[in-house]
Amino acid sequence: MKESKFMSPYVAGVGLGLTMLAAFMLMGRGLGASGAMMRFDVWLLNMFASTHTASNAYFAKYAANPLSNWLVFEIIGVMIGGFLSGALAGRLKFVIGKGPRISNRNRLYFALGGGIIMGMGARLARGCTSGLALTGGATLSLGGWVFMLCVFAGAYATAWFVRKQWI
Amino acid sequence: MGPFYKMGFFSEQTGFVIALLTGVAFGFWLERAGFGQSRKLALQFYFRDMTVLKVMFTAIVTAMIGLLYFSLFGWIDLSLIYINPTFLWAQIIGGLVLGIGFAIGGYCPGTSVVGAVTGRIDGMIFILGALLGMFVFGEIFPLIENLYTAGAMGNITLPEYFNISSGIIAFIILFAAVGMFVGGEWLEKKFGEEEA
Repeated sequence: MKESKFMSPYVAGVGLGLTMLAAFMLMGRGLGASGAMMRFDVWLLNMFASTHTASNAYFAKYAANPLSNWLVFEIIGVMIGGFLSGALAGRLKFVIGKGPRISNRNRLYFALGGGIIMGMGARLARGCTSGLALTGGATLSLGGWVFMLCVFAGAYATAWFVRKQWI
Repeated sequence: MGPFYKMGFFSEQTGFVIALLTGVAFGFWLERAGFGQSRKLALQFYFRDMTVLKVMFTAIVTAMIGLLYFSLFGWIDLSLIYINPTFLWAQIIGGLVLGIGFAIGGYCPGTSVVGAVTGRIDGMIFILGALLGMFVFGEIFPLIENLYTAGAMGNITLPEYFNISSGIIAFIILFAAVGMFVGGEWLEKKFGEEEA
């Protein structure tokens, strides 16, 4: 099946904005992603080292029923919605996203390294692009806006050094 | 009047069902916009594909104006809406670190999930990395606890901080967003690729 073109960013943006608005109206809160990953982490840790999670001041915040949480259900929904949209557009395939000048193997090292850095940044800031920049942006949170500007600043400052990966 | 959950209209269990449905919509729009693909996201940082900026700001403006009008109509009590608390220094450093990770990894947490479920192997590896990074963060938390709480300012908003009405702040953001859309279209024409 031929891949269809992406939707207009403005239409997708309105869709995303209305989704967020619905979440505010129904639940009084916005969207999120990294919090669900943190909870998955703690859930895994609980299986192997529950005394450790209980004694660590950060993990302990999540230690009780880590998966019984709004964000966890939301991110399961994201998996379903992303899969559905990809299936409808004929975009489901196993590939490695990258520019033409980098090997698959190196791209995966970068993906792993970038993920590690992002995981730490998201925990330090108490949120990621969805939970803090988008949600905090819409509710005019000072921290959300400062965070968003810093994300773009950090990414643009780094882009030149990793240009071989993308362009 | 909303938010319905906080008004006690339904239980936590019903909330979980709503969470799932909200997530389905969230994931759907992300994938529609092309956010499952790391290269498309990363090209934002080379001014070649400004989709990230366009989608983000359209979404923020839509939800922001929606909230303000709903409040004006008396449909929603904004004081019951969750406002992300501000920890200025933690969020400045955290934002910079996250941005560095974004340029290197090509994803953010939400988009990596969409990438992974549509078969993007770099998205799956990125998630592994993020899980690992969060684990490391927890392990070193005692060492950086001071940074984590640095610049605590509570649930403060831009209108409160600058002492300007939310309507005016919203108008400034709307104006800035439109400016960025015009600028973004121009940049794409100048630096963009023929239909990436």
